[in-house]
Amino acid sequence: MMELVCPAGTPAALRAAVEAGAHAVYCGFNDETNARNFPGLNFNRQEVAEGIAFAHRHGTKVLVAINTFPRAGQQDIWHRAVADAETAGADAVILADLGLVAHAAERHPGLRRHLSVQAAAANPDAINFYAETFGVKRVVLPRVLTVAEITAINREIDAETEVFVFGGLCVMAEGRCSLSSYATGLSPNMNGVCSPPSHVVYAEEGETLAARLGGFTIQKAARGAPAPYPTLCKGCFTSGDTTGHVFEDPSSLDASELIPALAKAGVTALKIEGRQRSRAYVKEVVRSFRAAVEAVDAGRPVPAGQLARLTEGQAATTGAYAKTWR
Amino acid sequence: MFGHAPEIPVFPSPLTAPLRLAPLAPMGLALTLIARRLIARHPGLIARLGDYGDARFAIDPTDLPLTLLMHPHPTHTRITLHRRPPEADARIAGPLAGLLGLVHGAYDGDALFFSRDLVIEGDTSAALALRNAIDDAELDLGAEIAGLSGPLRAVLSPLIAAAGRVTGVALTRVEGGMA
Repeated sequence: MMELVCPAGTPAALRAAVEAGAHAVYCGFNDETNARNFPGLNFNRQEVAEGIAFAHRHGTKVLVAINTFPRAGQQDIWHRAVADAETAGADAVILADLGLVAHAAERHPGLRRHLSVQAAAANPDAINFYAETFGVKRVVLPRVLTVAEITAINREIDAETEVFVFGGLCVMAEGRCSLSSYATGLSPNMNGVCSPPSHVVYAEEGETLAARLGGFTIQKAARGAPAPYPTLCKGCFTSGDTTGHVFEDPSSLDASELIPALAKAGVTALKIEGRQRSRAYVKEVVRSFRAAVEAVDAGRPVPAGQLARLTEGQAATTGAYAKTWR
Repeated sequence: MFGHAPEIPVFPSPLTAPLRLAPLAPMGLALTLIARRLIARHPGLIARLGDYGDARFAIDPTDLPLTLLMHPHPTHTRITLHRRPPEADARIAGPLAGLLGLVHGAYDGDALFFSRDLVIEGDTSAALALRNAIDDAELDLGAEIAGLSGPLRAVLSPLIAAAGRVTGVALTRVEGGMA
């Protein structure tokens, strides 16, 4: 059966994911070492240890995301995170920075290493380099590849692949996107926050809801329309006579119908995005995808999902996997 | 593919009439006592608020004629009630059933926000910290209120559960999944 890797932004969400049938849960420390460094989210050291113990009692693995890029002169924060994840009993760490991957391989050789999507490794040469040089066992593939490209990659690499199947859809070269930095001075890469909430303002202006990021108005939604998603990449802008979504439509990923194709492509694990979402969301999405992977494993069709209302922006797409979008 | 927001029950308008006349101070005091009991039992709630542990939150049930102003504190949390939304660092507004559903794990905050069932104004970070802290605390307001009723608990608990079933409002923690 394909492995279902599920998000946990809080200990309550971790328990919800485990009880809903997650094969693995990923989480992060409550600091800038992980790419979801949002207020009120994440785990202190004790919570990570307790979460791992709980998950292991239920046969679920825990992967600790340490997937931001260490700042020069302050690498200790990231090194300590790797050491603490190992001490807590993590089943793997999810890393993005080349130097941190090297550090983990040298100092923590017994700790399984996964490559984060933030590393943007999108071709066999790059993946084989990480696998051969640093013993990386699994690579989380960027959300820009088609199923055919994933199949081609899997034929040429000696590592497992994990792909996103549900949740927020980032189609940038992850780990290298500077849009958030441009507007706010903070980024997911260095600070763990894409569109940090400290720079997000929603304002009711008559009949419209305006979303602003770092002082830039990035979209206005009419009454009754879904609230705008507060990232520049999903913003709606006017240039000349044209108004539209310049970078990408504000859709979320739902690749549940592609699970059989992804299995055939040689994918090992399916990842659900959403560490910033509630325990209610985690429980419902995990339960639905667990049923889907069990169905595929048994040769049955994927059950029709009921997850549309949970998607960001309330619109979903199969993303780049099938390249049916612009 | 566009989804649909869950149907959130709206508090019946005729039942709000008594609230327009009710004295706010005693009700605020009662809510303060409940909040302090909750925080004493869930200290992680304040810890999770982090930098926003001293923020003032306006909780505005849009189907009720009053707004709660909550000022969290490890031991001296204070809740006051107001006829109009008071000044606050962050305002979180939505139908009472939606707000209770968020506390009890019946609804997802992002889903309610993007469907416009929930409005957030002011400091987005503070609102996010509160939402995440409450979600992690796995609160059960129905059980807490029943717990405060002493010997009446045995009577009150099933009444709260029945009221939740009849109205469709999550008055207690949801164990099975979203509404």
